[in-house]
Amino acid sequence: MKVVRFIGRAPIRSIILVASAFALAVAAQAFAGPAETPKVASVAHYTLANGLELVVVPDHRAPVVTHMVWYKVGSADETPGKSGIAHFLEHLMFKGTAKNPAGRFSQWLATVGGQENAFTSTDFTAFFQRTSREHLASLMEFEADRMTGLVLTDENVLPELQVVLEEWNLRVGNDPGARLGEQVTAALYLNHPYHRPVIGWRNEIVELTREDALAFYRRFYTPNNAVVVVAGDVTAEEAKQMAEATYGKVAPRAEIAPRVRPAEPQPETGAVRHVVVADQRVAQPSLQRSYLVPSIATAQPGEAEAIEVLVHALGSGSTSRLYRELIAEKGIAADAGAWYQDAALDMSRLGLYGTPRPGVTLHQLENAIDGVVADVIDKGLTPEEIDRAKNRMIAAYVYAQDNQASLARLYGAALTTGSTVEEVLSRPERLRAVTAEAVNAAARHWLDSRRAVTGYLVHDLKQSEDKRS
Amino acid sequence: MTLHAGYGVMRRALFAAALLGLAVGPAGATAIERVISPGGIEAWLVRQPSVPLVALDFSMTGGAAQDPADKAGVAHLVASTIDEGAGNLDSDAFHQQLEDNAIELSFTANLDHFRGSLRTLAANRDLAFDMLRLSLTQPRFDEEAVERIRAQILTDLRRATTSPGELASEMWWHTAFAGHPYGRPVHGTLESLSRITIADLRGYAHRIFARSGLKIAIVGDIDAATAGLLIDRAFGALPEQPELSPVPAVDPQGLGRRIVVDLDVPQSVITFGGPGVARNDPDFFAAYLVNHILGGGAMSSRLYTEVREKRGLAYGVSTGLVPLAHAQLITGSTATRADRTGDTLEIVDREMKNLSDNGPTEQELEKTKSFLKGSYGLYFDTSTKIAAQLVQMQVDNLGIDYIDRRNGMIDAVTRADAQRVAKRLLESKMLVTVVGRPQGVTSKDLSAAGSGG
Repeated sequence: MKVVRFIGRAPIRSIILVASAFALAVAAQAFAGPAETPKVASVAHYTLANGLELVVVPDHRAPVVTHMVWYKVGSADETPGKSGIAHFLEHLMFKGTAKNPAGRFSQWLATVGGQENAFTSTDFTAFFQRTSREHLASLMEFEADRMTGLVLTDENVLPELQVVLEEWNLRVGNDPGARLGEQVTAALYLNHPYHRPVIGWRNEIVELTREDALAFYRRFYTPNNAVVVVAGDVTAEEAKQMAEATYGKVAPRAEIAPRVRPAEPQPETGAVRHVVVADQRVAQPSLQRSYLVPSIATAQPGEAEAIEVLVHALGSGSTSRLYRELIAEKGIAADAGAWYQDAALDMSRLGLYGTPRPGVTLHQLENAIDGVVADVIDKGLTPEEIDRAKNRMIAAYVYAQDNQASLARLYGAALTTGSTVEEVLSRPERLRAVTAEAVNAAARHWLDSRRAVTGYLVHDLKQSEDKRS
Repeated sequence: MTLHAGYGVMRRALFAAALLGLAVGPAGATAIERVISPGGIEAWLVRQPSVPLVALDFSMTGGAAQDPADKAGVAHLVASTIDEGAGNLDSDAFHQQLEDNAIELSFTANLDHFRGSLRTLAANRDLAFDMLRLSLTQPRFDEEAVERIRAQILTDLRRATTSPGELASEMWWHTAFAGHPYGRPVHGTLESLSRITIADLRGYAHRIFARSGLKIAIVGDIDAATAGLLIDRAFGALPEQPELSPVPAVDPQGLGRRIVVDLDVPQSVITFGGPGVARNDPDFFAAYLVNHILGGGAMSSRLYTEVREKRGLAYGVSTGLVPLAHAQLITGSTATRADRTGDTLEIVDREMKNLSDNGPTEQELEKTKSFLKGSYGLYFDTSTKIAAQLVQMQVDNLGIDYIDRRNGMIDAVTRADAQRVAKRLLESKMLVTVVGRPQGVTSKDLSAAGSGG
C-alpha cells in the first residue's frame, strides 16, 4: 500500500477511468513474458517555450479525457508559520478570475457534464477535470486562465477558511488515529518540513489570510512550475497544439528556486522514539511506526525498488510475513501490514502498523513486530516471498494500465517529486531486476530502529503504561 | 484520490450512490452480447479483444437481509471468508494460488445482494474461474480462518463505536427500519458477530448461492462460446433455486424525529433521510434530476452552494437516492461545527422546502439534464467497472438496450414532472440523526401533530 498524504478539495465524486489498450497489451507481456524492457512508446513528454511541461497518454477506447495540472509546490514549500497555505490556496483556486468570475469554471463543468477536483500533498498541488473529449481545449483555457488570473476577495476567502477548518475537524479533530499519524510524522522529521501536516497546524490555519494566499500563488503558480498531464482520447500532437494555444500564452511570472529543504540529521545512536496519543474515544488501540527511508528520487539506483519489494513481502496482503506470523500463526494481531511512500522529493517514509487482538497489549504487539523485523534482517526473506511480491507488483502495474485517471496521477506525481516519465514506464523492468540480495540489504540498512518513530493510540495514558511493564 | 480517512461515511448510502451511477457508456460505444451458456445460465458480455484482461462480476439475490434475525453480519462474514480456503486448498494455499497468478477475487454483501468480482489476465482465465467455483461451491470455513476474519471485523466494529459518521448512520438505519432486516447493520454488531457459528456460514452459503436470481457480466478478451463454458464451470454446479426468507416491503419510520447522540467531538455529523422513489417507478428520472439539483453530483447543488460555498459551514454535504429492493429512500449527510449545527440543519430544511414548494427552475433542470447526459461517457470505465455496471443494469431489470434509451428518458422529464416529484420526494418530514455535541440542538419529535420544540 502506498500512502500519499493527499488532502482533497471536496468529497470526491466518482472517479472515472478508461484504458490504453496498447499500454495494456505491452504491460501484460511484461508480466507474463521474458525479461525484456516493455516499451510504451505512446506516452509523449514536451516542454513548452515558457517552461510548462506536458505529458500526453493517448487512450482511444472511450471518447473521454482526464486533464490535470500539477504545480511543483506543496506543504513542504510553505514558509514556516504559514502551515496549511498550500492546501488553503488549492481551495481558493476555485474562486474565479477576472475573465471567469466566481464559479464560472465549475458552472460550465456542471453543464457540459464534467467532473473536477483537486488535491494537495507535501510536494505537489494538483487540479483535474474529466469530460468528454471535445472539451479538452476549453479545459486548458480555463486552467491557463487561473494559472495567473486568480481574483480573491475577503468575501470569498473568509467562508472558505471555515470550510478548511471543517475539513480539519473531519480529518483530524474527529479522528484520534489521524492525530497519532500527525504526531508520528512530526517526530520522525526533526528538521525537514515534511514534519508539518499537509492540512497545516490548526493554530496557523486560523490565521491564514487572503494576502498569504496571493503571495504564495504569485510565487509558485507560473507555467515554468507546472506539469500538465492529459490522458485519454487525444493524440499527442493534438494535445500539444491545444496546450501551445492556451498554456503556451501564459508568461512566466516567477523564477523558481531549486527546491532545497533542510535535511534530516544522521540518526542519533541510542535514541528510540515513542509517541502516545491518548483519547477517550479510542475504542480500539493500535500501533503505527514510520522509518525514514529514501524515495525514488533520493535512492541509489535500484534501491527504491528493493524497498518496495521488501515492504510488499513484509506487509502487503495475506501471504505477507507480518500477516502470516502475527495474524495467522500467532493470532496476536487482528490487522498488520506495511506501506512505503515511494514518490517524494526528499527522504521518505516506510510504515508498519498493527492492531492487537483483545488481551494483547501494544507492547506485546510491538515486540512481535520487532521479532518479525529482526528475523527478516537476520535471515532475509526467502526467494519465494520475494518472487511472489515482484509478481504481484508487476501485475498491479498491468492492471493500473486499465485506468486512465490513475495513469495520469502516476505521471503527475513522478514529475513533481523528482522522478521521470522514463522511470514510470520502466517500472516492470526495474521491479524484475530486483535481487534477493538487494532486498535483504535494504532490510538490514533501513529497518533500523534509530531511523524510526513508533506511535501508540490508546484510550487513556494508563493503558500505554503497559509498554513499560 | 481524496482520502476519506476518518470520515465515517454511511456504508449503505455510499453503496446507493454507486448504484445510481449506473450509466454504462455513451450510446453505441458498448456492444453488449447476451450469452446463454450450454447449461442455460445468462450473462452479458462486452468483448474487448484488445485488452488482455477478463473481468467478471456477479450478483445473487439475498444479501444481509437474509441474515438470521439475531445474527446480523452472517452474509458479510461469508463474503469475507469464502476466499479463505476452498476445496483442498487451505487459506494460505488459496491466497498463494491467487497471488502467484495475479488473480483478483473478492466478494461483498449489501442489504439485498451477495456479489462477487473476478479479475484476471486472459492467459489465466481457466484457473481464475476454477478458483471462483471453489469459493462458491466448496468453501472450507476452517475454524482458524473464520476466527481470524471475525477478529478483524470485530476490530472494525469496535472502532465504529466511537466514529461519529458510523454512529449517525447506524442510528438512522436502526431507527428508520426498527424490527425490519434493513434495520440491522450489514457488518453485524459486537454481540451478533460473536454469536455466529460456522454452521451459520455454511447454512447461508447453502441457502443463498443459487442460479435463479444470478446476474453475470463479463468484459474483456473472451468470446461468447468460451464465456459460456467458463460460466458453467463456475456457476453450473449451484442449485437452481435459493431458499429465501420473505423480506416485507417497508417505509422508513421515525419521520419528523431528530435524534442527537452525545459524543465528545468538535464536529457534529448529520444523517438525514426519508421516503424515495423506486428504480422502476416512472418518476425515477425526475427524482434523479431533483436529487442532483438538491444535493447530488456536481459542486453546484443547492445544498453545496448554501451550506459550503456561501457560509463555510461544512466541507461536504450531499444527498442520494437509495432504491433498495424492498424500500426506497432519499438520504443525505453532512458534518458541521458544533456551534452552527442548528444553522446547518435549518438551511438543509429550508432548501428542501423551497425545492418541494417551487420545484427547480427551468434553467436548473436544463443544466442538470445537460450534465447527466454529458457525463454519461465518463461512466464508461475500466473493464472491471463496466462489468459492475452491467450487473447493476440486470439487477435493476433495465433491459439490454438501456444504454441507448437512457438519455431519452432524461430528456423526457418536464419541469412539471420535476415540480411534482420534488414535492413527492421532499414534502414529508425526514428522520435526522446527529452525533456530536451540537450547541442548542436536542432530540425532538415533530411527527405527532403540534409537538414542536
